[in-house]
This record gives sequence, C-alpha cells and structure tokens, in this order.
Amino acid sequence: MTAPSESEPRGPASGDGPPLIEVSGLTKRFRVAAGDSGSGRGRALGGLLARRKLVTALDEVSFRIGAGELVGYIGPNGAGKSTTVKILSGILVPDAGRCLVAGRVPWRQRVEHVAEIGVVFGQRSQLWWDLPVFESFDLLRDIYRLQPAAYRATRDELVELLAIAPLLEVPVRQLSLGQRMRCELAAALLHRPRLLFLDEPTIGLDAVAKLAVRDIIRRLHRRGVTTILTTHDLDDVEALCPRVLVIGAGAILFDGSVAELRAGVDRERILTVDLEHEVRDFATSSATVVSATGRRVVLRYDPARIPTPRLVEEVARDNDVRDLYIEPQPIDELVARLYRDLKLEER
Amino acid sequence: MTLTARLAPYRGVLRARWRETLQYRVAAIAGFGTQLYWGLIRLMVLAAFYESGPADATDFSFAHVVAYVWLGQALLGLFPFRLDNELADSVRTGTVAGELLRPIDLYSYWFWRMVAWRLAMTAPRCLLMLVVAVGILPLVGLGEWALGAPAGVEAAGLYLLATALALLLGVAVTAVMVSLMFWTVSSEGARYILPSIIWLGGGMVVPLPLLPDGLAAVLGYLPFAGLMDIPFRIYVGHLAGAEALLRLGLQLGWLVALVLLGRLLLARGLRRVVILGG
Repeated sequence: MTAPSESEPRGPASGDGPPLIEVSGLTKRFRVAAGDSGSGRGRALGGLLARRKLVTALDEVSFRIGAGELVGYIGPNGAGKSTTVKILSGILVPDAGRCLVAGRVPWRQRVEHVAEIGVVFGQRSQLWWDLPVFESFDLLRDIYRLQPAAYRATRDELVELLAIAPLLEVPVRQLSLGQRMRCELAAALLHRPRLLFLDEPTIGLDAVAKLAVRDIIRRLHRRGVTTILTTHDLDDVEALCPRVLVIGAGAILFDGSVAELRAGVDRERILTVDLEHEVRDFATSSATVVSATGRRVVLRYDPARIPTPRLVEEVARDNDVRDLYIEPQPIDELVARLYRDLKLEER
Repeated sequence: MTLTARLAPYRGVLRARWRETLQYRVAAIAGFGTQLYWGLIRLMVLAAFYESGPADATDFSFAHVVAYVWLGQALLGLFPFRLDNELADSVRTGTVAGELLRPIDLYSYWFWRMVAWRLAMTAPRCLLMLVVAVGILPLVGLGEWALGAPAGVEAAGLYLLATALALLLGVAVTAVMVSLMFWTVSSEGARYILPSIIWLGGGMVVPLPLLPDGLAAVLGYLPFAGLMDIPFRIYVGHLAGAEALLRLGLQLGWLVALVLLGRLLLARGLRRVVILGG
C-alpha cells in the first residue's frame, strides 16, 4: 500500500506501464536425499553414503505482474509456489534467470527490497505470542525505522480498515485465528509495502472469518496494493483474483482469468436431477453418470456435444423429474483435473 | 540514516523481549527457589571443606567464597547455560529464512534480543537473592554466610563493568551455539555439553582459585572465566589493580572474538539457507 489514501492514482488496472515484477527464465534446482533404489542391505548401506539427486523446483519460469494487480498463484504441493515466492521476496537465490521487482534484484539488494514488501504466512505468525498486539506493531515500527507520525497514521488507518481496535491490548495467544489473521495483515502493511505476499491467508478460518479476510484483500486491491495470493483454497482465488497463475512441476501451466481457466481446461457441466421416486437403473447415452443414490442423479456432460436443452428434454422425457440444477464444475475438481491431466498430482 | 534510526530495530527488540520475558513471573520465583537451595548446598559443602583445613594453603578466604557463591546464584540467569529455544528452533527448522524478510542485521537483532532475555530472566531473581543473601541470612543467625559489601569503591566500579561484559560475553557464546544449529539436526548435544563446560570453566562447580594451580590457570584464560569467575573475584578484591584490568581486557578480547565467530557462522549458515532453501 504505497499510498492508500486520496493521493492514489493507481487503480486495480494491470498491464499499463512497466511491470512491478518481471521474471524470465527463472530456474532453481534443489539437491535432495535420493529415494530408495535397490533393497535391504544395499539400501541400508546406501543410507550411509547420503546419495543425492537434483530436483528441479522451477524450470525457466517467466511472467510479469503489473503494479496494482491481485494475482492468484496456485499449484499442487511441491509445484514450485513457495520457491517462487521465496525468490521474489529475496530470501532464496535462483540458479538461473532474471528477476526484477520494482527494478531491483531481490536477493542482491535484499535489505532495500524487503523494506518494500509485506508477507503474511497463514501458518506462521509474525506477532509476539505472549505480548499484546500493539507491542508487535511498535516493534515493527522500529524494525522498519518508520517515522512516528507516519507510523501512527498508517496504524490508525489499518486498525479501522481491519476492525482490530478492540484487539490491540490483547496478548496474541488469546486471539482467535480469524482475529489473529486480521492483525497479521495489519502487521504486514504497517510499513506500506508496494508488494504483498499472502500465503494461505484463509487456512483454518471459519466461514465468517474467511469472508472477512477476503473482503479485506479485496479492499486492499481497490487501494492499489499489488498482491500475490498463494493458496490451495480455490474459492478464494475465484472470489478474489482477476488473474490466476497455475504452476506445476516447476513450469507455468496457465496464466489468465478464472473464466478462461474453466473454458480452457474443461467445458463440462454438472446436471443434478431430483426424481419423484427412488432411482432404479438410470441410464443415458448422452452424459456420464457421476452418482445415482436415493432420488438424486448427478450427471456430467459436455455442452458442445449435447446442448443443455436437449439433455434436459431427454432426461425429463424418460423420468419423473421433480427438479433440475445445472452448475459449472466445482473449481477444485477443475484444477484437480488440470493437475491430473499433466500428471502432476504427486511428484 | 541517523544513528538513532539505524539502531531502532535493536532497541525495539530489546524492549519487546524484556517485556515478554518479565511476564513469566512464576518461572522467576521458581528459579529463585532453586537457586537459593543450590546456593545453600554449595556453601555447606565449601564450609565443610574450609573447616577441615586444606584451604588454609590458598589466599581465597571463606568470606571470599561466600560472596563468590551468592553472586553466582544471584546472576545465574546471565550465564549461557541455556539457549534461546525460539532462535535455536528457527535455525534448526529453517524458518530463520523468514527473518531475512526484515531490513535488519540479523546478528545484532539476535544479540540484543538475547541481552533483553537474559536481563529480564536475571533481574527479579537477582533482587530476591540479594534480599536473602544480604538482609535475611544475618537475621537468622547465619551472618557468616551472608553476602558482604564489595572490597572497595574501585572494586565495585570494576565489578559492574566486568558483570556487564559477562552479560555480553554470555550472549556472544549463546549466539555461537545457536548458529551451530545450522549444521546439526538436533540441538540436544549442545544443550547438554554446553552447561557442563561452562559450569566448570566459570567456577560454579568449584571456585577457580580453589582448583589445582595448573587447571585454574588454564581455565582462567578461557572465555568461561569471564562469565562468572572474573567479576566475582574483582568484587571480593581477589583480583585488583593491574591484574583486574588485565582480566577485563581478557573478557573484552573474548567478547570481540566470539562476536566475530558468531557473525561468521551466522553469515555462513544464512548463505546455506539462501542458496539451498530452508
């Protein structure tokens, strides 16, 4: 949030002007303990020799992100998400490739770079567990060497935006996860970073807290904060991100909107049919039966092969239909299918 | 950047860690109880030793020993017989990489964090211990076992200086130990070996002047003597004048050496993390 107040000319537009993040040919390999080959005694002895093999975490990854964008960055475990984020935040050095964030090479100019980024880890706290929230904020003021007046202004603004005024005096250990996450967001924004990394910010949150966090991310986006959201919660991505990057096996597999992701990966839809009586042997040649239990049948079909009205007509003709619903494929299934198609599920 | 701004993060972490550690009051009181108990046991053993005669050969009197023991018990929290577990774990698990997301010098940040931790651990126990060792023991007829005043004004001044150096030296030792966690999977080894070396080398098992001359001389030049033995001997006047200044110089020398070693190890360790991943 470079300047979240009135002097903010930058909207959530993207692509205009020089990009904030420019990555090309980024490659990173890790040396890991080799898996077992051979068996029994051979393997036991092999353990002593600590054989290692190279694993490619990132393989010539390239993308650009404009100032003010809110980008969802998704991929299965081990795909290279956190490697990318670590490189972009300056705490990991790649083996090859170019990476510029706001004109700087993050790991070469680490101290200058990290002063302008904010990071929130859903699974790790940057607040001091046994101290009231405000103490952690004051420490961050000192760490980022903020001017007292500017700090107070930003803090007060964030306290209002995130509705955390009643939490400031409470020791962090007594906060609920949702309350803590709002405080974490404030902590990551106190120094007005140009770029915000959110790593699983909604993990473990209940529905209400999750919606609250999403609302905050949306508002930050409207204020022009450039944000990269890495997550396994695809509903977050669908609800928030105009743009999504999918990474798998160290390569960018998709870069575009969620709608394009749907269109590109899978056009199939789900037709749920509720019948007047128990299903006996439901059969149709036009669609795949996903499930048929009780009075409910779930079908998957491709509208390009059989237009929806025709399928509905067919089903209604052959059965006593009480009700029908048509939905797109759940995004989780869509992405699981995308990963599966590319044989990325397990590496 | 002004000096004040440059130092702000370290002042900040000093304040935060001080306040955080002071919250553990029950631990402080429990620690006091244990230390009082051990102090009395040590004194009983040493009293028996002095009464049986062999100590006549040394220039270290029983009054010296009493002060040596009580100061040791009061200031036990300053001594690096425990690691800052949070830091050790962050190094062991690699989450230390997250600290690189801050625009700070990590060694200085750790250093002042540990200074605050040790000070806050020590302050309440030290106060309680002084109340007992100075005020209460004479009232219950154990005046001979009470902590007396320092040997003089000069001794008192040098003692304060030596104690401040002991605090910093202890933190520098801990920083080296924590940095070694980059290369070991478990910190158990360091956590067990470290105290036994320091307790012997610092004079907590037997005051160094009571050890055989050769051993006492060797231990006297190791960094651990600077953690306890040197300040306490200055307090009682066993080290004075040029000899005291020389020992202060020794403390300072070890402090510089250990800070440099800690910085080197941390930089090496962080380079591993930054290149190999956390």
